[in-house]
Amino acid sequence: MSLSDADHELVVAELGREPTTAEAALFENLWSEHCAYRSSRPLLSAFDSESPDVVVGPGDDAAVVAVSDDTYVTLGIESHNHPSYVDPYDGAATGVGGIVRDTLSMGAYPIALADSLYFGDFSEEHSRYLFEGVVEGIADYGNAIGVPTVTGSVDFHSDYEGNPLVNVACVGLLPAERLVTAEAQNAENKLVLVGNGTGRDGLGGASFASEDLAEDAETEDRPAVQVGDPYTEKLLIEANEDLVDAGLVQSARDLGAAGLGGASSELVAKGGFGAEIDLDAVHQREPNMNAMEILLAESQERMCYEVRPEDVEAVEEIAEKYDLGCSVIGEVAEGNYVCTFDGEVAVDVPAEYLADGAPMNDLDAVDPDQPERDLPRVDLSEAFEAVVGSPTTASKRWVYRQYDHEVGLRTAVKPGDDAAVMAIREAEKGLAFSSGANPKWTSAAPYDGARAVALENAINLAAKGATPLAAVDCLNGGNPEKPEVYGGFKGIVDGLADMCRDLSTPVVGGNVSLYNDSVTGPIPPTPTLAVVGTKDGYDAPPAAFSGEGTLLLVGTGGGALGGSEYLAHAGGSDKFPELPKNPAEVVAELAAVANDETTLAVHDVSHGGLAVSLAEMVTENAGADVTVDGALSLFDETPGRAVVETTDPERVRETFDGAAPVLELGEATDDGTLSLSVGEEQLVYTAEEIRVMRDVIARELD
Amino acid sequence: MTVSVVQFGGSNCDRDAVSALSHLGIDAERVWHEDGLPEDTTGVMLPGGFSYGDYLRAGAMAAQSPIMSDVYEAAERGVPVLGVCNGAQVGCESGLTDGAFTTNESARFQCENVFLRVENADTPWTAAYDDGEVIEVPIAHGEGRFEISGERYEALEAGEKVLFRYCDADGNVTDAANPNGSTGNVAGILGERASVAVLMPHPERATLDDVGGTDGAGILRGFD
Repeated sequence: MSLSDADHELVVAELGREPTTAEAALFENLWSEHCAYRSSRPLLSAFDSESPDVVVGPGDDAAVVAVSDDTYVTLGIESHNHPSYVDPYDGAATGVGGIVRDTLSMGAYPIALADSLYFGDFSEEHSRYLFEGVVEGIADYGNAIGVPTVTGSVDFHSDYEGNPLVNVACVGLLPAERLVTAEAQNAENKLVLVGNGTGRDGLGGASFASEDLAEDAETEDRPAVQVGDPYTEKLLIEANEDLVDAGLVQSARDLGAAGLGGASSELVAKGGFGAEIDLDAVHQREPNMNAMEILLAESQERMCYEVRPEDVEAVEEIAEKYDLGCSVIGEVAEGNYVCTFDGEVAVDVPAEYLADGAPMNDLDAVDPDQPERDLPRVDLSEAFEAVVGSPTTASKRWVYRQYDHEVGLRTAVKPGDDAAVMAIREAEKGLAFSSGANPKWTSAAPYDGARAVALENAINLAAKGATPLAAVDCLNGGNPEKPEVYGGFKGIVDGLADMCRDLSTPVVGGNVSLYNDSVTGPIPPTPTLAVVGTKDGYDAPPAAFSGEGTLLLVGTGGGALGGSEYLAHAGGSDKFPELPKNPAEVVAELAAVANDETTLAVHDVSHGGLAVSLAEMVTENAGADVTVDGALSLFDETPGRAVVETTDPERVRETFDGAAPVLELGEATDDGTLSLSVGEEQLVYTAEEIRVMRDVIARELD
Repeated sequence: MTVSVVQFGGSNCDRDAVSALSHLGIDAERVWHEDGLPEDTTGVMLPGGFSYGDYLRAGAMAAQSPIMSDVYEAAERGVPVLGVCNGAQVGCESGLTDGAFTTNESARFQCENVFLRVENADTPWTAAYDDGEVIEVPIAHGEGRFEISGERYEALEAGEKVLFRYCDADGNVTDAANPNGSTGNVAGILGERASVAVLMPHPERATLDDVGGTDGAGILRGFD
């Protein structure tokens, strides 16, 4: 890939001359889809990104939201899709590294990670290879840097066969006075590069991420994948703490896509400045690198800091303490973004034009059709076992057991629940965190499926007693030049935006990953949403039955099975279920119920429907006797619903009065058996039988 | 009266250790390994993490850090020394304790709660418990399988130097309850002196009552 003819013409017109090799490469990468959102930015205005809690919205390395007057959290999300196909271990690991550095550059300390992962069918050998490699890469990197991975999601769908998705979200914590942004403050301040030496790794990663995966990508595109070094990242985290503590950082940006050229030009452009950079001063770990390579290498574990001239020595001392490379590469300047190399000017362009000048694409979109109802007849027990034992709905313990999810001493609610809850003792608040999407929903109905994804994430928080504070999205799509792909992508953007607006949840940042297309076709449009919410205190009701209460189903079923696990197993088609019209109210009431002392357990109903929710709530010591009217009720996946075990059903009915229906399902029992009356039929499973069904991933991979 | 929590490059449970100790009213501070051990230190904790990335062998590089000779001397003087997880690996590598911690039987990292049976309650680290008591504490490691030769294992047992064994909820020491394939289900041992101990499970993660229970607090009280 090189700069397109149309872009080349624009650049020549702006500069009044032919761009140098380094300039052309900079424009190619910074104007790529990955960096410039050329096909998606026209759609992204659909999002509301403001609320009284939002301190820094979209456009910086990470968003910043107030949990209290003096305690902020950062929130960011990133995709590392193409690299994870080519090299699952390093591709996923460096995805973690990148989003953690985005957190550092706001002055925050990273306290939690979430990973939402999407692979082809679990039965495929290649999917398993990618899945194992990605999980191991995330584990080895995240564990080593001491940031707990506390929540996430894993989905399997045949359309990810040739293009898996790795979406990583990070939450950071900072006292308000430590806030740093990526906006350059003053001309003549020094630009200091701290971290790993620059090598030739990850060259052109941004443009690699912005085209379809070629059939030979696993061999041909390996040089575009970076290799992570978590030890250096951990040192960088510590050094960043010391730098921010000492007040030495005027602004900061991590080096990610498009490397030094991207970070330094965006940082100065955001402050309305240019820069004078001496590329020879960059500390390097390979000999004879040229200007373009130094500018665009995506070597990992590097940060660019704006530092007052009088503070440079103190910064160098801190870097030295942690054995990190450190070079003063130039300074913030009035005028153009200028880089010299070997005594010659290699780059001399307006910073703002480079960072923000990419023209937007105006692409054709075709809306997908809604399928009609065509429901097959399926044996009930067979369907139950297939849905509960599906790798997508099954236990993910095999995954999160490999992640250190407790380091940091904040994880009050651990993975395997609806949402994690982190103890923010600084503000006496619990911070609930949920991340995920559902490709079956968004394949069936991009717009409504994405609305459902947003609602489901919000309900996950509410089930632990929290209400949403802010969200970030990772919008993954196929090749946008295909109208039906772009139509689906537009659907998920609008769907997420509309539901987040209905939930009064600002979408404060995000990431777009297009061209997730390969010889096996485009991926399903996949809108990963990572949401944080707050609650007083850190206690939350468990998702598991206590065995002592009455079981209620709160919320409205949508009466359709489109996009469900059930249909994926049974075949046939249906329209997508209708979602509640008052989602914010349902979320608020569920949070209130979850925080009530008469509530014994809460678990959301979504993927796999009531069947999966009930199966997940059964333990060796607690089961349930439940009656529902038919298979539709058991497998309907409409989000905005939850199973509540309570000692005071009347209280729950009162809370939900006027907001949503409350249906009595039956009673919890103390015998560890799930007994279901479904219309005329009976299903009975012991906790052990359910455990075996749900254990499919560990059984197959260990 | 301050416990030094030694921070190597790549340590990542140093802050947690200080929080947990402080919560128990035990004064503690992080000490950067290059700064050496403060002379008046009243205890030393080698925390968990991935010192030097564990790129060579878990704990092997940190064991060569100059501060470890300070720690060794302090241990000789009777200053309590506790190595947890990566700190336990450092402890074995530096000769503070016998044996070695190596790759889990599963060959994967495992983060989960385990049950431990107290094997010898007559030590500073277990004085809060009874012999045979079962406590629940998390592990988080990829290299926690305790390995030692038969003869030296017998010496450990004879010297009552085994502190904890992995067990089930009822205290039965079984293969099924052994998370990593450790010899004799051993989770933690004493060094030459009873004031020196290493263990793979994380007591600091089972000390604050708002996350993960308080079963591990008794171990940290060994510094009291």
